[in-house]
Amino acid sequence: MDIFLQQLINGLTLGSIYGLIAIGYTMVFGIIGMVNFAHGDVFMVSAFIGLICVLLLTTVIGISSIFLILAITLVVAMVFTGLVSWAIERVAYRPLRGSFRLAPMISAIGMSIFLSNFVQVAQGPRNKPLPPMVPDVIVLMERNGYQVTLAYKQIIIMAVTAGLLFGFWWLVQKTPLGRAQRACEQDRKMAALLGINVDRTISLTFVIGAALAAVAGVMYLMYYGVVNFADGFVPGVKAFTAAVLGGIGSLPGAVLGGLLIGLIETFWSAYFSIEYKDVAAFSILVVVLIFMPQGLLGRPEVEKV
Amino acid sequence: MTAATATPLLSVRGVKTYYGNIIALKGVDVDIKEGEIVTLIGANGAGKSTLMMTICGSPQAREGRVTFAGRDITRLPTHDIMRLRIAQSPEGRRIFPRMTVYENLQMGAAMEGGTHFAEDLERMFELFPRLKERIGQRGGTLSGGEQQMLAIARALMSRPRLLLLDEPSLGLAPLVVRQIFDAIRMLNETEGLTVFLVEQNAYHALKLAHRGYVMVNGLITMSGTGADLLARPEVRAAYLEGGH
Repeated sequence: MDIFLQQLINGLTLGSIYGLIAIGYTMVFGIIGMVNFAHGDVFMVSAFIGLICVLLLTTVIGISSIFLILAITLVVAMVFTGLVSWAIERVAYRPLRGSFRLAPMISAIGMSIFLSNFVQVAQGPRNKPLPPMVPDVIVLMERNGYQVTLAYKQIIIMAVTAGLLFGFWWLVQKTPLGRAQRACEQDRKMAALLGINVDRTISLTFVIGAALAAVAGVMYLMYYGVVNFADGFVPGVKAFTAAVLGGIGSLPGAVLGGLLIGLIETFWSAYFSIEYKDVAAFSILVVVLIFMPQGLLGRPEVEKV
Repeated sequence: MTAATATPLLSVRGVKTYYGNIIALKGVDVDIKEGEIVTLIGANGAGKSTLMMTICGSPQAREGRVTFAGRDITRLPTHDIMRLRIAQSPEGRRIFPRMTVYENLQMGAAMEGGTHFAEDLERMFELFPRLKERIGQRGGTLSGGEQQMLAIARALMSRPRLLLLDEPSLGLAPLVVRQIFDAIRMLNETEGLTVFLVEQNAYHALKLAHRGYVMVNGLITMSGTGADLLARPEVRAAYLEGGH
C-alpha cells in the first residue's frame, strides 16, 4: 500500500510532464495533420533555456527566493521556447505546406537532429547538473522504515500543470483565439473564408504548444536536477505515445494519455523492472496503434457532412 | 432594381482559373452592382463554384482581374479579401462540425469585432427561428436544411456588403428552399443586401434574381435580366424543361 501510494505520487508527477508535452503534439497534428518530431527537442531546448536562466538569476543577479526564480524562469523559458518553435515552423514547415504529406515530417526529423546537435555543440555533450532547487519533502506516512514522501517539487509540478491546463482550456474554449484555432483544425479553408488568418493561427498553435513544453522542460530540470542534449528524444517519444493513447487530436486525451503513461512507467519500474520501463511505455504505443488507433478519447471518424 | 450605381461593387474581368494544368474558368466577365441579386446558373462542373472561390482568392485567378469596391483583390490572400466584408456560404455548407451553432455564428462574426453580436444574433433568430432551438447543438448533428440556414446566418453575421451563396437549395426539401429564398429576398429588399447566387435550381434562382448569367464549360454564354433569361428558349431547354 505504501509503495503503491508513493508510486502513484511519482507517476502523476511524471505524467504531468508528459501531458504538457503531449498537448503540443496533439495540437499541431490536429491543425496541420503532421507529427512534429522536433517537439521533443524543443522541450529539451526549453530545459536548457531554463538552466541558463536559473544560473543567471542565482549567480549573476543573486536572487535567493526560489519561487521568484522559478516564476521568472518559467516565463523566460516559455517566451524563448515559443520563439524557437515559431522560427522552426516558419523556416522548416511552412514552405512545405501543400507539398506531399511526408515532406514536413522529414523536415521535422531534420529539425530534431539539428536542435540536439546544436545544443550538443553549444553546451557540450555532458550532463548539466543544477543544485537541488526545492529539496524539501513532506513525509506522508512511515511504516517499517519505509517513508511515503511528497516532495515540494512534486507539489509544484502538479499544481503548475493543473493551473496551466485550466488556463489553456479556457484559452481554447472561450477566447476568439481558441475558437479560431479550433476552426482551423476543423476546416482551414472555411476559416479563411471567415477572415481568419490561417498561417498566423498555425504559428500561434506552435507557439502555444512550445510554451507548454517549456513549462514541462523547466519542471523536468527542477525534478531531476540534470539535463543533457539527448534528453529530448525519449520524453518526446513518450509524450507522443501519450498523445496517441489519448487519441491524437484530442486535448483532454493528451493530458489523460500523459498521466497514464507516467503512471504505467512508474508502476512498471517499481513492481517489475526499471530496465524495461521504456519498453513498457513503447509497447503501449504499438498495442494502441493496432487495437485502438483512435485512442481513448479520440473521435470516431464518422461524421455527418 | 434598387440603387444601381455606375461602377459595379464587384467586377470580374477576363478571369482564368486553373487547377494544376486543367483550366476551369476560361476568361469570365461578371459584374455585380450594389443592391442587386445576381444569379449564376449552369450545369454540374461548369465552373460556378470555382468562380465563387476565385472571387475569394482560393484558388487565385491566374489571369484577369477581380475588383471589389474599386480595389483590385485578385492577389490578396483569402482572409484579407473576406475582411473587405465579402461573405460566402460555400458549396457543401462547411459548417464546423464540432462547434456548437452558437460558436459557428461567433466564427461568422470573428472579423466584425463582436460589437453588434447580440443584436445580429437576434436578427438571425428572427430570420431562421430553427437556429434558436438548436443553439447549443453541435454543427455536425444538424439536418441538411438546418446546416444551410446556419451557413447563411454565419455568413450574414459579418454584416457583408456582398453575400456569395453557393447552391443554398442543394439537397433540401422544397419548403426549406422556399424559406431560404424568401429570406434572401427579404434581406435584399429591406437592407439592400447585394447577393451573388450560384444555383442549379435555375427556375427559382432566375425568379429571385434581378439579373442572371449562364455558364457553360468555364465560359459565360448568356446574360440578362432574370425574367429575360427565363423566357429564352435555350435556357428553358437546357435548364428548365423536364422538371426543375
